[in-house]
Amino acid sequence: MTQFSNLTIEQAHKGLIKKEFSAVELTNFYLKKIKKENKKFNAFLTITEKIAMDQARKVDKKLADGEKIGSIEGIPIAIKDNILVKDYKTTAGSKILENYTAPYNATVIEGLKKSGTVILGKTNLDEFAMGSSTENSAFGPTKNPLDITRVPGGSSGGSAAAVAADECIAALGSDTSGSIRQPASFCGVVGFKSSYGMVSRYGLIAMASSLDQIGPLTKNVEDTKLIFDAICGHDDLDSTSLDYTKYKKEKREYRTLKAGVPKEYFEEGINKDVRKSVEKAIKKFEKIGVKIKEVKLPFTKYALAAYYVIMPAEISANLARYDGVKYGLRVKSQEPEAENLLGVYLKTRAKGFGHESRRRMMLGTYVLSAGYREAYYNKAQKVRTLIKKEFDEIFDLSIGGVDFLLTPTAPTTAFKIGEKKDPLSMYLSDIYTTPASLAGLPAISIPCGFIGKLPVGLQIIGPQFKDDLVLEAAMLYEQM
Amino acid sequence: MQKISAEQVKHIAELARIELTDQEKEKFSKELSSILDYVGQLNEVDAKNIEAIKQITGLENVARNDEPRIRNQELRKKILKQAPDRKGDYFKVPKILE
Repeated sequence: MTQFSNLTIEQAHKGLIKKEFSAVELTNFYLKKIKKENKKFNAFLTITEKIAMDQARKVDKKLADGEKIGSIEGIPIAIKDNILVKDYKTTAGSKILENYTAPYNATVIEGLKKSGTVILGKTNLDEFAMGSSTENSAFGPTKNPLDITRVPGGSSGGSAAAVAADECIAALGSDTSGSIRQPASFCGVVGFKSSYGMVSRYGLIAMASSLDQIGPLTKNVEDTKLIFDAICGHDDLDSTSLDYTKYKKEKREYRTLKAGVPKEYFEEGINKDVRKSVEKAIKKFEKIGVKIKEVKLPFTKYALAAYYVIMPAEISANLARYDGVKYGLRVKSQEPEAENLLGVYLKTRAKGFGHESRRRMMLGTYVLSAGYREAYYNKAQKVRTLIKKEFDEIFDLSIGGVDFLLTPTAPTTAFKIGEKKDPLSMYLSDIYTTPASLAGLPAISIPCGFIGKLPVGLQIIGPQFKDDLVLEAAMLYEQM
Repeated sequence: MQKISAEQVKHIAELARIELTDQEKEKFSKELSSILDYVGQLNEVDAKNIEAIKQITGLENVARNDEPRIRNQELRKKILKQAPDRKGDYFKVPKILE
């Protein structure tokens, strides 16, 4: 039905209140589309039809009773499969949780429930969110809807692909060092990672606890704002979460804004067409009166190295719970080889985890082990301090700083499935998204052009807690 | 080049409670060595008088009151239902002590 083609949240909302279609019709359209296309794209691991239809019917009843509905009420959304949705499987893209049924809702899901959104299903991801291509999923890779021989990016590849393929109106993903932003850039959608602490991590299967943030993937910036509003906020169940309302809402005249362009994000490794595309986007800001300033962030080059010490360390701790004892896969101890508890651990974890997960857990175990912790982990955390300080200084307006930074989201467009066999070449996909994660800063990726049929993403990084400013800057670009 | 031998990989894997085949030990030895070589760049940074980041938002000691909370029975049942092996309300595991 063409009336349902590529709707934004606002369009769908208007359609519902004008009674152009019902919530059930809207939901059915997406459910049918997913079922029809999932063999092709493999964006979804589970379709949550029952709760989708229950919610859609509730919305239709409200509309029939003449009640007002909220801005995202009845809107069909997809959820990355590392976020718990009660009574449905949550696999984290791993065999070790293949049959794990979520006993409770993540706080963000409770938030979406309260807002009346329709949850269509759970999307594919790199196992335990470890990866930049969704090729590490134990359930097959997701294909980029713009070119099915290519990756959608990762780790929130399923969510990005679902939005790009219009299999949902919006989706939730998670971002630890680019896992929302990079797939958004590869699939031509908007992807937002808020300042660390703005969105509760309760019910998000933990990867790296000092870095993880849940966030939206949407068709435009307005939709991202609407979803973010529904999921952000302080949560008693997440002691690292913050009250977003405490941070002043910026409404700056755009001609007073200063955008920084850090030279380190445009040097070796970036594809020349990607660079051209992003430079064109930056010129657009300049044309409307935003001041553009070239800046230097020399610690940028150490961000990925620091990340690949800190993140595996946190992963090794967070994944220690998957031991076959309380939930998930357990290699049966009736087998003669696994006759003691240690055997259960060794065999369960060997069988349940894929190669990338095991690699990162071992790396983490090593950098935290006796004799190496000081040299690796403590050093990396100190470098992290330096990276944060560098950002704080660049954003300090009292010493000639800038309001936000403009950079490419990724050094390339979507690469081919199977292309990046060497782990390091894969890790380098996150070279521009990692620094903002280490510093806990808000960052968004918005589409800014194409190379052939492949999208390019522009990243806007803002000062800590100035999420509103980042969203306004993104909105400004989109409206140009 | 920071080298992690297959023997070291065996030790790390034991700490991480993951069983590896000899082939896997060789493969991980190469991969981990190459990654550690890359992160070795951190040695270039002089961070002598720098304090390590503790919490990126500056939050400290967030705690709740030391009060018992009422447990949700339905949730408890759902959790116990996931147990791979169970005896009543206990998670069952193979023997630990010899």
